[in-house]
Amino acid sequence: MNDKPYNNRAWFLVLPVLGFVLFSALLPMMTVVNYSLQDTMGNNHFFWNGDGWFRDLLNPSTEMGARFAGALVRNLAFSFAALAIELPLGIALAMCLPRQGFAVGLSLVVIALPMLIPWNVVGTMWQIFSRQDIGLFGAALTGIGLHYNVTQDPVSAWSTILVIDVWHWTPLVVLLSYAGLRAIPDAYYQAARIDGASRWAIVRNIELPKLQKVLVIAVLLRFMQTFMIYTEPFVVTGGGPGNSTTFLSIDLVKIALGQVDLGNAAAISLVYNLITIVICWVFYTIMTQLERRGQETVVVA
Amino acid sequence: MARITLDGVGHAYGTARGGAPSYALKPMHHVWEQGRAYALLGPSGCGKTTLLNIISGLVIPSEGRLLFDDRDVTRLPTEQRNIAQVFQFPVIYDTMTVAQNLAFPLRNRKLDPGAIRQRVAEVADMLNLTADLPRRARGLTADAKQKISLGRGLVRSDVAAVLFDEPLTVIDPSLKWELRSKLKAVHRALDLLMIYVTHDQVEALTFADEVVVMKDGAVLQIASPAALFERPEHTFVGYFIGSPGMNLVPAEISGSLAHVAGQTIQLAARFGALQGSTVLGFRPDYTQLARGGGLSVQIRRIEDLGRRRLARVSVGPHEIFATVPEGLSFEDDRAGLLIDPAHLFVYADDRIVDGRQERDVAV
Repeated sequence: MNDKPYNNRAWFLVLPVLGFVLFSALLPMMTVVNYSLQDTMGNNHFFWNGDGWFRDLLNPSTEMGARFAGALVRNLAFSFAALAIELPLGIALAMCLPRQGFAVGLSLVVIALPMLIPWNVVGTMWQIFSRQDIGLFGAALTGIGLHYNVTQDPVSAWSTILVIDVWHWTPLVVLLSYAGLRAIPDAYYQAARIDGASRWAIVRNIELPKLQKVLVIAVLLRFMQTFMIYTEPFVVTGGGPGNSTTFLSIDLVKIALGQVDLGNAAAISLVYNLITIVICWVFYTIMTQLERRGQETVVVA
Repeated sequence: MARITLDGVGHAYGTARGGAPSYALKPMHHVWEQGRAYALLGPSGCGKTTLLNIISGLVIPSEGRLLFDDRDVTRLPTEQRNIAQVFQFPVIYDTMTVAQNLAFPLRNRKLDPGAIRQRVAEVADMLNLTADLPRRARGLTADAKQKISLGRGLVRSDVAAVLFDEPLTVIDPSLKWELRSKLKAVHRALDLLMIYVTHDQVEALTFADEVVVMKDGAVLQIASPAALFERPEHTFVGYFIGSPGMNLVPAEISGSLAHVAGQTIQLAARFGALQGSTVLGFRPDYTQLARGGGLSVQIRRIEDLGRRRLARVSVGPHEIFATVPEGLSFEDDRAGLLIDPAHLFVYADDRIVDGRQERDVAV
């Protein structure tokens, strides 16, 4: 049956890719691993430090451990806050969008517009926008008597970064949800009307269950992006005031490039990377499980 | 429970160029009685689903009035019409159990929980779903899912009508018979007005008390399955019902004689001058092949269908199907065609024409 030629030389065709991956990922990664196990006093003179950096890092009673734990907690809190706002808002917006006519294209383009703006431009825009003296947003809030100051007040700084992320990335959730909603056959809505279902019953029993898969993707994408957020706090708050908006990536850059503390930075990079991979893996597992459960119904439907 | 009156109901999706509306459903007047089962039968695109959706309120007709008993419901939204509908593909609520699915239409109408439980148990029993009641609906087979959809359509006992939109399309053929007879039994037990859309004539003829044959957005005939077979009022009905369909042979009619390809057939009635193209219609079942006599024809092929033999013969350019009597054989391809005059009909522009009985004329 299988009369295809069997030739192991075909493996040589993989070599270019291997070479590429070697230079793009493996070698830089091993450099980081190398740094994370050594210490230096400068002059390109390194000596062995074993798992010292890691033990420091994962022990919150040390200075570096406390700093890392703080940034991690802030980052997780930020991710959850962003998701808690963006998911319901995105789904709600998608449900309000028109289903036919030229209004579909128009509203999709208008909604997708923020996503097309580069991160640093967004940051710069909002930095000016939130200034108390000349920024429309900042001046308006101050004008109505709110205490708003991005550079001095942690609450202002935090909420501004959050608002930026919501403004920038809710459209992604909207687009994903809208695509998911459009994939629901009309018969479901017709049947629900005939069954006398309320709007909320339709959302709960038809729309949300059918959106489950795209929502898992939306959660995964948004979580990863917010977990790696860098540009917005870097441009708008610089991680401050104090360290209130110092998220993991900001802290990492401060340690690696500001303090040129290569050992600590390398250890943080690796742990940071590991957390990201673990979370990805958990989401991937959930997604494939859903897929498998979904397939049982697809095969017979 | 109600009587449905279609008073000039028609639907046009926009108007064609030149201002004349392009009808998906041509305006029609019909009254459908409470307690009867109707089947809307016709090829795809004939407007049967549009008509069904007008009755259920998913489509608002562009003209005419729709009455449930004496209540005008033309512009009433679906949920206020008290109607149940089952769709072509199973619609189930994934997150609910089978029992919750069946109870959903009742819960939305705020029925007493005890009454809901009792009603769900009855319907589940009717459809053999009792064992599945506690199971999640999403894991079931397509057959079972469609049974749940049927169950949701039948669970409300107070509906004005239950509508079915080709509900057995996804059902396994061996289960189709079972479900169809179930539906028939349910209909007898519940005394509901049921309307069943299908393009399968067997389904229509076995399910319905009356079959509504549709084509190109118009109703051609509403009659019992027997009447559709015995006396089709439109050539399309003759052709569409029966297998093979009615023989339709162009003929010239003068008085009580029909001229077909140079030969003459005696008709049972006398006809005046007829407008348009005239056609003779007669079913293969009432047409017999003989050694001689009647219309002289040429045999093309004789097919043995087991239960009976069917001949394809030709008269001039026209092809005709006829029954071959048991035991009869032919030496060559010449034969005679005997048509039962009681089942020979004359159509002018596809519509049946009644002649005057010959003896009336003689008197």
